[in-house]
Amino acid sequence: MLKYLSKKFISVIATLLVASFVVFALTEMTPGSVARKKLGQFALQSQVDFMDEQLGYNDPFYQRYVRWLGILVGAMPDPIQDPKVGEALGRSFVDKRGAQYFGNFGFSFQSNQPVNDIIWKKLANTGILAGISFALIVPISIFFGMLAGMREGSWYDRTISVGGIVATSLPEFALGVFLVAIFSTGLGWLPGGSPLSAGGGWPIWTQFVMPVMVLVIYDSGYVIRMVRGSMTEVMASNYIRTAILKGMTMPRVVTRHGLRNAMIAPFTVMMLQLNFLISGVVVTEMIFNFPGFGQLLLKASLEKDVQMIEAATLISLVFAIMTQFISDIGYALLNPRIGLR
Amino acid sequence: MAKALLEIDRLRVEYSSSTGSVVAIPNFSMKVQAGEAYGLVGESGCGKTTLLMAILGHLGARGAVTRGSIRFEGDNLVNAPASVLRRVRGNGIGMVYQDPNSALNPSMTIGQQLCEVPMLHQGIRMAEAMEQAAEMLNNVNLPDPGKVMERFPHQLSGGQKQRVVIAMALLARPRLLLLDEPTTGLDVTVEAAVLDLVNDMRKKFGTSLIYITHNLGIVAKVCERVGVMYLGDMVEEALVNDLFASPHHPYTRRLMSCVPRLDGNKHTTSFLPIPGQPAPLKLRPEGCGFAPRCQGYAVGWCNHEVPVDQVTKSHSVRCVRWRETDVFETKTEEIAQPGTPGDRPVLDVQQLDKIYYLGGAMKAIGKNSRQLIANHNVNFSAKDGEIIAVVGESGSGKSTFARILTGLEAATKGRILVDGKDVASKTLSHRSKEEIAAIQMVFQNPDSTLNPSHRSGHAIERVLKKFGITKDRAETTKMVEELFSTVRLSPWLKDQLPGRLSGGQKQRVAIARAFAAEPHILVADEPVSALDVSVQAAIINLLLNIQKTQGTTIVFISHDLALVRHLADKVVVLYLGKIMEAGTVESLFSPPYHPYTEALLSAIPIPDPTAIQPRVRLAGEIPSPLNVPAGCRFATRCHRKVGTICDTTPPPDRHGDDGHIISCHIPIEELEKIKTGLNFAVVKSPALKKTAVSKMVAQKGAVKAKAASKSKPSARS
Repeated sequence: MLKYLSKKFISVIATLLVASFVVFALTEMTPGSVARKKLGQFALQSQVDFMDEQLGYNDPFYQRYVRWLGILVGAMPDPIQDPKVGEALGRSFVDKRGAQYFGNFGFSFQSNQPVNDIIWKKLANTGILAGISFALIVPISIFFGMLAGMREGSWYDRTISVGGIVATSLPEFALGVFLVAIFSTGLGWLPGGSPLSAGGGWPIWTQFVMPVMVLVIYDSGYVIRMVRGSMTEVMASNYIRTAILKGMTMPRVVTRHGLRNAMIAPFTVMMLQLNFLISGVVVTEMIFNFPGFGQLLLKASLEKDVQMIEAATLISLVFAIMTQFISDIGYALLNPRIGLR
Repeated sequence: MAKALLEIDRLRVEYSSSTGSVVAIPNFSMKVQAGEAYGLVGESGCGKTTLLMAILGHLGARGAVTRGSIRFEGDNLVNAPASVLRRVRGNGIGMVYQDPNSALNPSMTIGQQLCEVPMLHQGIRMAEAMEQAAEMLNNVNLPDPGKVMERFPHQLSGGQKQRVVIAMALLARPRLLLLDEPTTGLDVTVEAAVLDLVNDMRKKFGTSLIYITHNLGIVAKVCERVGVMYLGDMVEEALVNDLFASPHHPYTRRLMSCVPRLDGNKHTTSFLPIPGQPAPLKLRPEGCGFAPRCQGYAVGWCNHEVPVDQVTKSHSVRCVRWRETDVFETKTEEIAQPGTPGDRPVLDVQQLDKIYYLGGAMKAIGKNSRQLIANHNVNFSAKDGEIIAVVGESGSGKSTFARILTGLEAATKGRILVDGKDVASKTLSHRSKEEIAAIQMVFQNPDSTLNPSHRSGHAIERVLKKFGITKDRAETTKMVEELFSTVRLSPWLKDQLPGRLSGGQKQRVAIARAFAAEPHILVADEPVSALDVSVQAAIINLLLNIQKTQGTTIVFISHDLALVRHLADKVVVLYLGKIMEAGTVESLFSPPYHPYTEALLSAIPIPDPTAIQPRVRLAGEIPSPLNVPAGCRFATRCHRKVGTICDTTPPPDRHGDDGHIISCHIPIEELEKIKTGLNFAVVKSPALKKTAVSKMVAQKGAVKAKAASKSKPSARS
């Protein structure tokens, strides 16, 4: 068990290193001056040259990567917080956390704030949205997937399958607009937007309802189909026949013998949904004007906020790798044939 | 007569499909008395499993009993309420399944799965159920039940799993046990042990059995009464001795002549495979179902409803012409004409070793890594046109040897001379085209060897093009058709996808593919072990016939000694990668025997209920090749162990007549003295003579057929 975990953990660290290099390379090794990319097209050439000089952007890439990584993990101070730099560029780069700490993502030049001041709040908002959605998607998918897969071809199987396909094929923006038209414009039960402020007269929790609904409907359709597929396969297997012919009742057969085996394959898929819910919900957030991570990413991309994009990409990557790590462990726990060795 | 335990009366089972319903079992009646062991025999697709599922009320969503009754201890099980079925399932009727690998839940421990049964049927607590489960595991001869119960199914061997499944069925103390081909896919030694176990358990618990199999040898060992099923009909039913002494239905007779026997080689006996295959359920013929494949088909008789005829009080047969079988059963086109080996050496294996080094990191720093010794000091040679069989249980290194020979892997040491050139250390990428073409292989499972999305002729076309045997498209097509006719397949099948072919047809395609390269050596790795006996017989005859015309050397890898006896010129017995015994078929199947060969022989189910077989059973399982015994490799399981010398010193090769080699500490004279009781001359049965006679008849032509058949009644008496 311990050996399995440590082995997995080492591979996670290696994956993280590779991923961080890819992120670094995408922003800092693409053609053009790094300083120019960060300062924007209206910066003076002298400022760009100064920054290239001062922050070592002309050094070979491996030196820059080591420095970049060093700043990120807090092994060295961020040179940008040197008052000299701020003076020369006519800005102030002051992070209340100091110049050297773990997870130092640097400064967003576009908003003139440390990236950490902006990104975590947005991430927390999306985290709540994703958490609620995930907590609903999993039981709903398992319940309906199992029900459908228990008897392939029955009327409820067909109903659930068709429902699942419809739910997945409806694009999020269409679904969002429908729901707004029904519940907000039509019935007036829910707010049409979710800025997460009580200013509009709607309590904060009501503002979560529709984004969650969109995500749950859109995503469950897919996961239900995965669970159903796995369940039909399990129910057709010989060991289920063995269980039935032991004289067990059907509900017992399903819960004792079917469930765990049917969960092995969809488990990984469910864990993948978490990644989607964190970094793939741009559309839903835009529809409801939800101040989340996706919206932030979109804004940063439009404004070419390099430092912010780097940070957001890194966080998404770390999150994805960690869920995969958890999902690997869970998979091994569910499936004794893998074994925690 | 006492009331029967199970009584099936005029049962009809149908499956519904989108195109209408098909009849799986038209009209079936049988009785099983309390304490009786009943065998049901027939090829795949004859409705045996459907019958079992009908008994247990588990036909699935599409199947239904549309007429008749199934009475078990008085209760009618047809359309019985769920509560009755639940009581009968497990508690009254237990079931042992064909494939123990899939019959157990992979994510529950053995203990959890076992103790469900008593908890369910006796309403007892977990701890008590665990105790019962442990006791039952003891009963089925699984050592250390406590450990076994903590394991998951994938941590047990196939034989162990089948014991668990049997224990699971017996835990409910059923009065009737249904066994659905429980030993198919297991090694002969394991099969013999499982059959012993079934017999012992029967004595111990007085359980009745219905044993389903396509292997008549097993029936002879286990059952008292036998029913032969064809297309859902009971075509013949008799006491086991009567059936084997005088089979009357043409189907039974042909089925019997497909079973390999230990009392003849390829020159003295020949299989008489049944032409064709069972008709699909949709195309069930009018009248007798076997009619399309029967030599005695007579218009006006066989295409009408066939009544059941009583031969004796206990022997019934469903054939209008059963009295005339001697007249119409004369010749067959598919009879084998085996060739004889030449003098030119083709294959010479010298001191071949194959060692896998595990634990790569340790190897790099020079530490002694774990060694998996798959082959050790393997020596033998073969001439052109010779069939050399390599036999042994699973894990004996047979397939590793095949992989090295065909170039899928390189040997660690030693030489393999093919036509005088050493290929031992050359894998496929290092071999020339000619060297690759010279050795071709036929694999075990025909279902997975052909690409399901390519036409079945495609693989052969590739071979022809790749080795430059044909020049253009027209020539290739012609050649493919020729090869198809060589393996007795209609040429139009070459454009069909493998999914539309039966198992036997697929294996024929695989054989045609192998012969397309015009090989000097054909390596056949268990080519028939996944097939029904009747299909197996046809494939073996085919191999023998092609081999005769092409003069190919065949390395035939098998765990079935009876089949080897029937096919090979020379035999090599492998155990844990080392040769235990080698010699000609005649010398190997007569004393002196190596103790391992002796055990293998005694495990073969002989298709003769009167044959008395010595019971030599190997204890435990074949040891791990990671940790081979220091002395004789077989010492840990040997029943003739002489003493510590067996554990410490590798045995010498002792030489007998005719190149016969036995690797054992016991001198050959001593081994000769051991009367194993495997004196096959004593085992006489009319079925043997029949095949012998038929063989003779086939060779001498149909003119003398009548004379031969006339001589038979005397042979039978």
